[in-house]
Amino acid sequence: MITAGVDVGNMFTKALLQEGGRVLSYAILASGLDRKRAARETFRQALIKAGVTEDDVCNVFSTGAGQDEVDFAAGTVTDITAAARGTLKIFPMARIVADVGAEGAKVLKTDDDGRVLGFTINEKCAAGTGSFLETMGRALGVQLEELGPLSLEAERAVTINAQCAVFAESEVVSLIHAKVPREVIARSIHEAMAGRVSSMVRRVGLQKKLALIGGVARNKGFAAALEKDLDAKLLIDDEKPEFLCALGAALLAAERDAGQLP
Amino acid sequence: MIAHYGYKDGSGDFFISIDTDKCTQCSDKPCLEACPEKIIELFTDDYDDEVVGIKASERNKIKYTCLTCKSTFGAGHAACIEACLLEAIEHSW
Ligand code: SF4
Ligand code: SF4
Repeated sequence: MITAGVDVGNMFTKALLQEGGRVLSYAILASGLDRKRAARETFRQALIKAGVTEDDVCNVFSTGAGQDEVDFAAGTVTDITAAARGTLKIFPMARIVADVGAEGAKVLKTDDDGRVLGFTINEKCAAGTGSFLETMGRALGVQLEELGPLSLEAERAVTINAQCAVFAESEVVSLIHAKVPREVIARSIHEAMAGRVSSMVRRVGLQKKLALIGGVARNKGFAAALEKDLDAKLLIDDEKPEFLCALGAALLAAERDAGQLP
Repeated sequence: MIAHYGYKDGSGDFFISIDTDKCTQCSDKPCLEACPEKIIELFTDDYDDEVVGIKASERNKIKYTCLTCKSTFGAGHAACIEACLLEAIEHSW
């Protein structure tokens, strides 16, 4: 049975097709202003990649900030539950999931059966999200993809005190003027952001079996900073970390279809 | 499930934590009426349980929205905390 998950985020929309727990295809597009259209187009691309048609798909579940705009979905599931389900499929041992995307971060805790015991969502500021790195990279004159590797070259960091992305940017500019090496600034940026996410982890209750998902999981500098802050080795899916909510939604769609869910 | 709604900023942590397992045993849900700012909402979670949470549009400003209510009730108290007989609600500030 083929099912699909469509994760409509504020910045990006992701679609994934699965059959029997095996991922068939995935696609990602910018959400833009018309999230309904982005959802339909991303789903269409995932269908093409898998070489199947819409009629071959038994069930579609949507998730994410724009989950209600997916008019072809038979059901919706919160991104908390979807993140838990998708992550536990890849990392059954994970008990804490930190999902850090372009515009938001959330951390959830599960029990041994995958049931969500608690969660916290960063609702305030960009300082714990991928857009923070983008802003800081711009201030430093470094491409986003280069920022993580650059930070790994540094042997020290300086403290960035600002809790807000706007003020942190001006701190970074001051560090540039003070001739602090760029790699040190890059590492400091990642450590500041990791501090935000690890305080969310501590709020739900720190455990060592921790998975990092979302687009920012691709950033090795951030992952290293978070590992250091939490003194834990992170579980990271290098291939498709930003698709695990869509995977979770697709798996839940299959379970609902099989009558395993209410 | 313990749901933490809120944020951290330069002046501190501002989270309202709700133990939603207790909400499933609470038929009247008095916190909804008690909240003077009406920022607590009822919804059905992914386990098909009726629980309460803080409205998405309000989560990033609870430090300000809850200020009057919290200062009326005094340190460590608030209308929602007082109304909840099952002690499901905690505030971080
Ligand atoms: S009064 Fe307490 S237990 Fe009842 S719904 Fe509100 S928070 Fe939940
Ligand atoms: S502190 Fe007061 S205003 Fe804030 S959620 Fe509780 S009852 Fe509502």
